Amino acid sequence: MYVAVKGGERAIDAAHEWLAEERRGDRAVAELGLDQIREQMSLAVNRVMAEGSLYDPDLAALAIKQARGDLIEAIFLIRAYRTTLPRIGHSHPVDTGAMRCDRRISATFKDAPGGQVLGPTFDYTHRLLDFKLAADGALPEAPVGAPAEAPMPRITEFLNRDGLIQDELAGDETPPDMTRQPMEYPANRALRLQALTRGDEGFVLGMAYSTQRGYGRNHPFVGELRIGAVEVEMEVPELGFDICIGELVLTECETVNQFAGSKTEPPQFTRGYGLVFGQTERKAISMALVDRALRWQELGEDNLGAPAQDEEFVLAHADNIQASGFLEHIKLPHYVDFQSELELVRRMRAAAGDEMREAAE
Amino acid sequence: MSVTDVGNEARKGWMGLLARAPSARLAACLEAVGAMPGFDWLRVPEVGGVMVRGRMGGTGAPFNLGEMTVTRCALRLESGEVGHAYVQGRDKAHAERAALVDALMQGDRAGELRAAVLAPLQAAEAETRRARAARAATTKVDFFTMVRGEA
Repeated sequence: MYVAVKGGERAIDAAHEWLAEERRGDRAVAELGLDQIREQMSLAVNRVMAEGSLYDPDLAALAIKQARGDLIEAIFLIRAYRTTLPRIGHSHPVDTGAMRCDRRISATFKDAPGGQVLGPTFDYTHRLLDFKLAADGALPEAPVGAPAEAPMPRITEFLNRDGLIQDELAGDETPPDMTRQPMEYPANRALRLQALTRGDEGFVLGMAYSTQRGYGRNHPFVGELRIGAVEVEMEVPELGFDICIGELVLTECETVNQFAGSKTEPPQFTRGYGLVFGQTERKAISMALVDRALRWQELGEDNLGAPAQDEEFVLAHADNIQASGFLEHIKLPHYVDFQSELELVRRMRAAAGDEMREAAE
Repeated sequence: MSVTDVGNEARKGWMGLLARAPSARLAACLEAVGAMPGFDWLRVPEVGGVMVRGRMGGTGAPFNLGEMTVTRCALRLESGEVGHAYVQGRDKAHAERAALVDALMQGDRAGELRAAVLAPLQAAEAETRRARAARAATTKVDFFTMVRGEA
């Protein structure tokens, strides 16, 4: 049977016009400016930049406005825009050790040099709705002190000095890029980290939580969490030297994990690593836990069959744009597919009916 | 003075400063300098993406973190100096102004540009950074230990 596959243009146009009107909402209420979204919804902007894998706060604000606050839709818009950008090059690896930290805490060393700096955190708030924000309350100025002069060295470096933590081997090999080549398994750690840092926050959080609940437990401590600005440098061939091209806010989390040792390694601490665009600490901590769980093979640990140890399971399902694309396509017209299924079921029922009649006779 | 006479270190310094500067502030500083010389484009402003890399554990092997938007351009002044710009974001006017300043800093007007553009941008950046650091400083925890009452 032939099913009409044309038509619907008028309905689609009308749907999009209504969408625009609904996006605007009550016209008696002032329209949101992109600067308002960028400044006052900054953690939403950060999430869209991180999972959209493109650092541009103004674009992320636009995407959030266009998507009516649906962050996955906004991330989709950013991903689509990203593919239109010519690739100018790549930066040198950012030096997070030189970060100008807004926040820097360690759950392992109370008296870390540089101190525990809380920054603008939700921690220690009582999570009670603040009705002052519903009214137009005057905002008291945040207190200011004397800026710290002391450097903030990496916490893991203290452990490293005593050889108590597994060394990170520096290198300068070109890392694989999942935006240029399709994902291949087994993936190396560089590819895993790229996939995790742009992965869905909820999914990565869930995977990390599963390791804490016992599915591939890896005993993490937050060795250090830091949030702040780093400069980005790249080599410019026509100049023949490196220049700073801008500044990003990043969140970095290093976990320190127990490790009983293996045939080749003495007992020592191991590391999980999270680095994410923006102030995104839930994601960065989650990323570090999942990174550590996925390292079981290189550390000679047992495969416990835990979901968070399954590289392909984690990486292939962490991307919310791929996932929602495949999930949501099933709502689009499948009339022909379904028609054939319907025919099939009818035929099978007819055949089954014939058999039953024959058996009865 | 030609490009090679300018120390690369000094040039790196101002190119980075111009890239990080808020576009509106740079525009305001240049306005105060007055008429800009004519120039020819060597590369018209172009918006693109730069893949930012990080290191595993902060110090280990590199990996791709994600892209940032960058606008670049290159121009040659009537007097011959070539200016380049690579600036964060998608603001073509910002890139043009940064390239103009880069070119002018290589010529006779370097002193004027340093005073009218680079110095104020530097001061503003330092003040912005200081203000954040000052707020961070007040959130630093002072631990104190309760002495156990053992008489």
